[in-house]
Amino acid sequence: MSTPRSSAADRSLAPPGMDSKPDTRHGEILYVENVTVSFDGFKALDDLTLYIEDGELRCIIGPNGAGKTTLMDVITGKTRPDAGTLFFGSNLDLSQMSEHEIARAGIGRKFQTPTLFDGLTVFENLELALDAPKTVISTLFARLEGAQRERIESALETVGLADTAERRAGELAHGQKQWLEIGMLLVQNPRLLLIDEPVAGMTHAEVDRTTRLLRELAGSHTVVVVEHDMEFVRSLDSRVSVLHQGRLLAEGDMQTVQDDERVIEVYLGG
Amino acid sequence: MASDPGERRPLLSPLGWLLFAAFAVAAVVLLPLLHLLPAADSALRVPDFAIPLLGKFLCYAMVALAVDLIWGYAGILSLGHGTFFALGGYAMGMYLMRSIGTEGVYRSELPDFMVFLDWKELPWFWYGFDHFWFAALMALAAPGLLAFVFGWFAFRSRIRGVYFSIITQAMTYAFMLLFFRNNTGFGGNNGLTDFKRLLGFSLQDPDTRVGLYVASALALMGVFLVCRGVVTSKLGRVLEAVRDGEDKVRFSGYDTFHFKLFVWTLSALLCGVAGALYAPQVGIINPSEMQPANSIEMAVWVAVGGRGTLVGAAAGAWIVSAAKSWFTVAAPDLWLYVLGALFVGVTLFLPRGVVGSLMARGRGGST
Repeated sequence: MSTPRSSAADRSLAPPGMDSKPDTRHGEILYVENVTVSFDGFKALDDLTLYIEDGELRCIIGPNGAGKTTLMDVITGKTRPDAGTLFFGSNLDLSQMSEHEIARAGIGRKFQTPTLFDGLTVFENLELALDAPKTVISTLFARLEGAQRERIESALETVGLADTAERRAGELAHGQKQWLEIGMLLVQNPRLLLIDEPVAGMTHAEVDRTTRLLRELAGSHTVVVVEHDMEFVRSLDSRVSVLHQGRLLAEGDMQTVQDDERVIEVYLGG
Repeated sequence: MASDPGERRPLLSPLGWLLFAAFAVAAVVLLPLLHLLPAADSALRVPDFAIPLLGKFLCYAMVALAVDLIWGYAGILSLGHGTFFALGGYAMGMYLMRSIGTEGVYRSELPDFMVFLDWKELPWFWYGFDHFWFAALMALAAPGLLAFVFGWFAFRSRIRGVYFSIITQAMTYAFMLLFFRNNTGFGGNNGLTDFKRLLGFSLQDPDTRVGLYVASALALMGVFLVCRGVVTSKLGRVLEAVRDGEDKVRFSGYDTFHFKLFVWTLSALLCGVAGALYAPQVGIINPSEMQPANSIEMAVWVAVGGRGTLVGAAAGAWIVSAAKSWFTVAAPDLWLYVLGALFVGVTLFLPRGVVGSLMARGRGGST
């Protein structure tokens, strides 16, 4: 499948650094090293070190307050780390980049509760997320090209919202909202997808579809899923990182993690 | 690569263009003719006093469009747009003062208020205002620059919502106090007045008044098309997205700071145009235009007409201003209460505003 890119002319207009891509020649796409984030003395992340390989599907689990959402927040630039380093590829220092720069460099995020543009239609939500020039001038004069429309339509098919393209996002059912947000990630076409509790509020059939979709995406994309639902994590059959009190407690495949005594103590057994 | 023709939303629907043309004919052709042609005692004749009054209402409508652009679409509620409007008015007023020449009360080269203050020479910031083009440029540059600087700091610091509204209110209050001072050099609490002529045409001449009115109508149509151009573009959709969830817009790769700063500054520029046309038609510009209540009234226009509709905002300006004209004669003390009640009432019972509700019903009104 060919993905249309912004034209050379558009790219030459982008200031250097804004449009740079992660260097993954060493195999890793995300380097989280000794990261600490504290809120009023409480350490949400405590000297956390974690690596994500390019193209991998990774689940991050942990009890409430383990620091999962804070980890998403520091990676996407919403929260700044108090200490430690965060690199996207070996070249992009995430702690020096703002949210939109991180998004442009290729990190997409799906929130725990669906976050959509309620006043816009399903189609328009996808149009805004689309991987296209995102400056004031370029959007003021933007025209939706045929290839871009096709990508939006194909995403609509993938997430099963083709019939609701003209409805306002705010009117969708909860499950549909989850899917629309996943569709927005697809058209944004990031290298690294951070997905926070994707199956909350979904039916069994929808969970199955989500599992298939995420497994399809891995390989061509790197997918990091934060999840509570152990059944779902098991079905993804990926490497699992267990967080506890802002630290990495264990890492490995689901079986290894499940047999780990520390994990049993704080999480699975507790 | 075979380039697709590409798609962009139409500026207006076919019906929209028809209504736009109808407005143009009525406002620019019909109304002036009904003023100029019929005999003075004819019942059909649009009376003399009506022309500047209508011109004033057209200026208000421009302000309403500017406020709707930022509030209705980007969700930024300004309670300080009176300042941008007044700065446009002051810039034009300074030109009008300079073009009085030596016909003032004191027969001086300087504007009367400067003679009264015993100033001997023109302050540096009045230089250039002898020229119409310079004043016209300043009517845009002054509000535009203020908005840019103000917006730069406010949006950079991620001030939003009610906090942003409050500092805009504080801004207009501060400017009002500044302009009230005689030493600031803009005529103190009397402001600028006793204008004589514009580009050589006497402002007392009915033809000049018709000319200004027509210029206002054309400017309003231009401002409307600019606003439509913005809101029908992809940028307009980004603004609506900022209104619905700014964080998500950032995580989608847009620098919302730039988008907000752009539309905020544009809105102030449009207010400057309105102010520049307002001053010569009303014959005075003074710091009362910067009263906090005036700016709040501008927001009420938009709320009453309907946020995010543009046409509704303009209609709201007319509805509220007409009500104000009536109330301030019939029961002047009550007006502010009526204004407050109107704001609360519309917010509670007609959140889409008068025109917004009609438009939703016309569309078949889903839910």
